[in-house]
Amino acid sequence: METTPAIEVRDLRKTYAGGVVALDGVSFAVAPGEVFALLGPNGAGKSSTVRILATLSAPSAGTAFVGGIDVAARPREVRLRIGYVAQASGVDLTATGRENLTLQGQLYRLPAAALRTRVGELLELFELRGAADRAAITYSGGMKRRLDVAMGLVHRPEVLFLDEPTTGLDPESRTVMWEEVRGLARQGLTLLLTTHYLEEADQLAQRLAILDRGRVVAEGTPEALKAKLRGDRVSVELADRGQVAAAREVLGGLDEVAAVLVDGTTLYAQVAHSASALPSLLAALDRAGLAVAQVALSRPSLDDVYLDATGHAYRSEGAGESRPAAGGGGRGGERGGRGGPKAPSAPSGPSAPGEPGAGGAG
Amino acid sequence: MESAADLWHLFVRLVRANLRMPVFVIISIVQPVLWVLLFGQLFRRITALQGFGAASYVQFLAPGIAIMTALFGAAYSGMGMLADIDRGVLDRLLATPVARGALLAARILYSAAQVAVQAAIILLVSAAIGARPHGGAGGVALVLMVAALLGAAFAAVSNALALLTRRQELVIAVMNFIVLPSTFLSSMMMSGNLMPAWIRSAALFNPVNWAVVAARGSFEGDWQMLPRNLGLLAAFTLAAAWLATLSFDRYRRAG
Repeated sequence: METTPAIEVRDLRKTYAGGVVALDGVSFAVAPGEVFALLGPNGAGKSSTVRILATLSAPSAGTAFVGGIDVAARPREVRLRIGYVAQASGVDLTATGRENLTLQGQLYRLPAAALRTRVGELLELFELRGAADRAAITYSGGMKRRLDVAMGLVHRPEVLFLDEPTTGLDPESRTVMWEEVRGLARQGLTLLLTTHYLEEADQLAQRLAILDRGRVVAEGTPEALKAKLRGDRVSVELADRGQVAAAREVLGGLDEVAAVLVDGTTLYAQVAHSASALPSLLAALDRAGLAVAQVALSRPSLDDVYLDATGHAYRSEGAGESRPAAGGGGRGGERGGRGGPKAPSAPSGPSAPGEPGAGGAG
Repeated sequence: MESAADLWHLFVRLVRANLRMPVFVIISIVQPVLWVLLFGQLFRRITALQGFGAASYVQFLAPGIAIMTALFGAAYSGMGMLADIDRGVLDRLLATPVARGALLAARILYSAAQVAVQAAIILLVSAAIGARPHGGAGGVALVLMVAALLGAAFAAVSNALALLTRRQELVIAVMNFIVLPSTFLSSMMMSGNLMPAWIRSAALFNPVNWAVVAARGSFEGDWQMLPRNLGLLAAFTLAAAWLATLSFDRYRRAG
């Protein structure tokens, strides 16, 4: 079937002044009506990609299309089709919710009467009616974010960009925002959302691309990505860093183990059935005299997909590549020792009780 | 047409934001009035100096304070642009089909309108304490226009600085560095006849002085110096607007 993708980027590259490489050849396509997520830690290139698609930034190389229109060549036409909800909000705090929405519509040249109706509709839809005529500075974080999204919808765009829509929101507001996003998806809007929450991508996206250091390292539906990993995962945290190499050798030599990945002092072994493989894994390590600090079993989650694609466990704090001022491109892995890396399905606090697949990064 | 509508909507946004801050409104009205009253009293006897060449100091001071207010009122316009950048408002606006130029023009226009209103209040207060606009209604209108032009020019410079540096501290520091010297290197408060020769020479190249001379001539109905100084001021305003436009283009390209 030959439909024009709602969004398409081809080999997008972006190098900021000072030589910071934000995008290093990103390609993906989003079908009309699809919810697509760009997943990755801060600095992976998510915002840079969205800013290029929203006509705010020119790519250093490569092309980007919205509805088949070249973003760099015909930005005005693209702007009419897109709604842009940035990470940095964009609500004018001195103006009321209604005024924010109205100005937005005026700049899209909506006729006054139609705009009034549309603003009323959006205030209703996003449960802002009661606060419509209060200055936005009095809004809660969740209300402000809802106004943000409403502002992106005033002109009924075909494509909506949501850059980190739930970052900084409390869990309750996040759940509300997820419902809003699902509602928009049901209306047939094409949605490109960026997130550094694995769970959010898993919950909302029909397809997703994992970005790491300005490259797409995995792409597909959450189910397909997880299925590709085949089987379960056993993560073994060693007590002694010096034994990592030996343990890798031991585990890699077992018939039950398909592959072993190492991140810090934790080894991830891919097995067909974790419960049946576990005894022989532990026995082998014990025979070799290797002390185990912690063991966890999991069904494949997006954490595992991420680990598999990048070779390191997921941490929502990344290398800061999108912030030239931050300088050094040190990988997130170096900070793993202190805060405790959010290893896949390691029993990491209250976020993932008894539900290993949910992932709890963030 | 669409650009004009964009400009109007963005202008209304800025007006509304400031009217919502009653303290700001009160200060921006009271402060210039205080200057007229304070300086008018402080330097009242200055006109007794031989060669000062003015009947009363309030008469001399009124157009000067109108220009001073324009300068001070517009010099920090770039701070608003920075606030918009920091809060993501500018990006959000740039993602709409809004005419790019309107985003900058709205701020400059807003500053011009604000200082023109302030200048009008100053002239009214000055009239109440004895100043007489010998240039008539046309002269008064010209004073307001000159104030608006200077306000526009300094708003443009301030926005250019904001867009180039993206640092509040730098906008404040640089504008402070410009504002006071350009005030005192002009005949705003002191008759040109009584200035040291080097200041008189320096003033010839000072846009603030062009504005003061043009405003005072209009207020006094002495049209002789007007064309030259008004022309220079208009050219300066255009140059400042051009600089601001280039800075805005540069900002957008750096995105």
